[in-house]
Amino acid sequence: MAFDPNEPMKDRITDIGPPHYEQFFPPVIKENYGKWKYHEILEPGVLVHVSETGAEVYTVRVGGCRLMSVDIIREICELADKHCDGYVRWTTRNNVEFMVDDKAKLQPLIDDLRSRKFDAGSNKFPIGGTGAGITNIVHTQGWLHCHTPAIDASGIVKSVLDELYDDFCGMRMPAQVRIALACCLNMCGAVHCSDIAILGVHRKPPFIEHDRVGKVCEIPLAIAACPTAAIKPAKEGDLKTVSVKNERCMFCGNCYTMCPAMPLANAEGDGIALWVGGKVSNARSVPAFSKLAVPYIPNEPPRWPTTVKTIKKIVETYASDANRYERVGEWIERIGWEKFFEKTELEFRHEHIDDYRLAMTTWRTTTQFKW
Amino acid sequence: MALKHKTPLIDELEKGPWPSFISDIKQVAERKPMCEDLLGVMEQSYMDKEGHWKHGGIVGVLGYGGGVIGRYCDRPDLFPAVAHFHTMRVNQPSSKFYNTDILRKICELWERRGSGLTNMHGSTGDIILLGTTTDELEQVFYELTHNLDMDLGGSGSNLRTPSCCLGKARCEWSCIDTQAITTDLTNEYQDELHRPAFPYKFKFKTSGCPNDCVAAIARADCSIIGTWRDDIRIDQEAVRAYAAGEFAPNGNAHGTGPSALDVQKEVCDLCPTRCIDWDGKNLKIWDENCTRCMHCINVMPRALRPGTDTGATILCGAKAPILEGAQLSSVIIPFIKMEPPYEEFKDFVDKMWDWWMENGKNRERLGEQIQRLGLREFLKALELEPDPRMINTPRYNPYIFYDPADVPGGWEIDGVAFRKRHQA
Ligand code: SF4
Ligand code: SF4
Ligand code: SF4
Ligand code: SF4
Repeated sequence: MAFDPNEPMKDRITDIGPPHYEQFFPPVIKENYGKWKYHEILEPGVLVHVSETGAEVYTVRVGGCRLMSVDIIREICELADKHCDGYVRWTTRNNVEFMVDDKAKLQPLIDDLRSRKFDAGSNKFPIGGTGAGITNIVHTQGWLHCHTPAIDASGIVKSVLDELYDDFCGMRMPAQVRIALACCLNMCGAVHCSDIAILGVHRKPPFIEHDRVGKVCEIPLAIAACPTAAIKPAKEGDLKTVSVKNERCMFCGNCYTMCPAMPLANAEGDGIALWVGGKVSNARSVPAFSKLAVPYIPNEPPRWPTTVKTIKKIVETYASDANRYERVGEWIERIGWEKFFEKTELEFRHEHIDDYRLAMTTWRTTTQFKW
Repeated sequence: MALKHKTPLIDELEKGPWPSFISDIKQVAERKPMCEDLLGVMEQSYMDKEGHWKHGGIVGVLGYGGGVIGRYCDRPDLFPAVAHFHTMRVNQPSSKFYNTDILRKICELWERRGSGLTNMHGSTGDIILLGTTTDELEQVFYELTHNLDMDLGGSGSNLRTPSCCLGKARCEWSCIDTQAITTDLTNEYQDELHRPAFPYKFKFKTSGCPNDCVAAIARADCSIIGTWRDDIRIDQEAVRAYAAGEFAPNGNAHGTGPSALDVQKEVCDLCPTRCIDWDGKNLKIWDENCTRCMHCINVMPRALRPGTDTGATILCGAKAPILEGAQLSSVIIPFIKMEPPYEEFKDFVDKMWDWWMENGKNRERLGEQIQRLGLREFLKALELEPDPRMINTPRYNPYIFYDPADVPGGWEIDGVAFRKRHQA
């Protein structure tokens, strides 16, 4: 049976939804569903969960790339068949988890995972991403697949995680450090509440292709898309088009989303902004947005050295200065932003002072500050 | 085998210990021209410092308004095999457990009909099948639904594929059955998922406890977060064992192994409401002051557990910055029991969507609409009473929209009588 283009509606199946999750549970998960009592990290990347029934499940977490070929997925299947009775799962942070129900099965699995490398030398299955370490970096598509990025995604993530590799595989941080990357302000990965967020930014307003605007765009939609009302209807000779008041542009890219004849991407304008101190967990302090740490770093493919170096500096300063359990944002809250900029040696610039809506809620309205 | 394009720049990304996605693509590129040309596009982008994909055109499968993202290369002259490189979103099983049988079937299908590249998974949670041509879309959909029992996820102005943490499957803290809820909602709202009728996208995300491992509070228009309203369960003997160094604190997140936990310093002093007392023998939690932040439970998982009167807090309105700035979700229902068939919750969803669809502007997320029209209007539409748990602080501006219904005579004023009392 196959799809017949002449009879597209024949035997059509729709709206069946996802396959039921339960059929994919390893027996030990199914039998102990809702009965888990406590867990412990045995070593970085290796967890044991203990059930009220006394059953145990051992999990080995390995960092994965968001991008995976069928070849690496098949290799994961081979590992899962060999060690885990044919079951495996992914986490929301692109890690892969291999589970076994017996401690004796653990070491062979770990050894097998550690032994596998790509031909060029990188590890296929780095074990880690647990506890007070650096978690896998969640990210978006970048130059590999999206049409609005200001930066690449996978390549920056690879470069940063190469530098932070030992801390993905270790747990020496004061608390977990969650890093995320989004390649434009759309932030389809919602990175805005991360300990460290890497964000692609544009710095040149859209350039307007007057001869295309009328043909490929709905002009009223393009105008309505601009949050700062920078876009106005205009005429170029006989052509209906738009104009942009450049001083009002904050480079969000909304116009380009609505109108392909207003591209923003530009090698000289685009680059990276770094944000720090966000979190989503409710533990101790409440969830918080990440705040601007570095307004702009130029794009430096292929290894993005300034971005990597700056993140490393933030991570090391945090690691040496924060108290145990303190997330990056909680640490900064305690020491104060003036100390954060001093200790990390990051330059404080006018871009750090908010001038958008509700800006004044971020200005200091007390005589309390530190020298 | 030598590949078609020289790629000296991205070859640099094969170095270093972290898994190299370039090495991975290269494995497949030896037999798939699409992957060969994709490497070429990447190298070109790394040279130009600009991407090379065009605005997506409208492509899809019949009867669905989402699930496929059209993608075209802007240099088909150089990279013809990826001239079309569309993405299909496949609805993942809740919490992303798989057996190798289904994974191999997905691989076989995508090797035959697509690029052989995937995202495991996309940000929203779907399996992303990355890169195929227009003529393959219906074929892939047919095989997915007929042979794999799988379906497409959401994209565009519709319900996006709901996702959740693994909850009760392997976490001792889950206060709700996250995957049962997620699967139920996904099946209930298939029409909303596949046929765009909303002002903009809408996301449900479900976390089993306030640790919020799926970032529901930052990413979902409707965040469902497990919680409890009775007392934290305490095993006093286990607390003493932590203090005595018999267990590793914090689930051994710091790799210290079994070592004495300073309960006062690491638990009581870090409790945000300071509602824990420790006298060296017994731990007392003043539960009426506990805000269920999870800290003490995270630090002593063998001694403390969430209560047993469990349910969820429903918060609404989170989103990334586009258009009007980022928002976190706000408390709308402080506590709701989340048990099948979830009627009370679905009733709430119906009212929420009615209000949003009736009043929403094009590309306006729920959170932005609540901001524009006010939380009060939203609560009115939901038939919910205001509750101090919904706010951080009452307003501090005096610009109150008083309700005429609460004022004797409403907004009517007897002008004649007024002027009798006051000369002009
Ligand atoms: S963050 Fe922006 S550029 Fe990156 S994948 Fe999402 S929409 Fe595309
Ligand atoms: S980039 Fe944003 S602010 Fe600038 S013109 Fe376009 S829509 Fe307006
Ligand atoms: S959100 Fe809570 S219940 Fe869910 S996995 Fe995380 S800690 Fe466990
Ligand atoms: S859950 Fe949080 S608020 Fe409640 S007692 Fe524990 S530390 Fe305190």
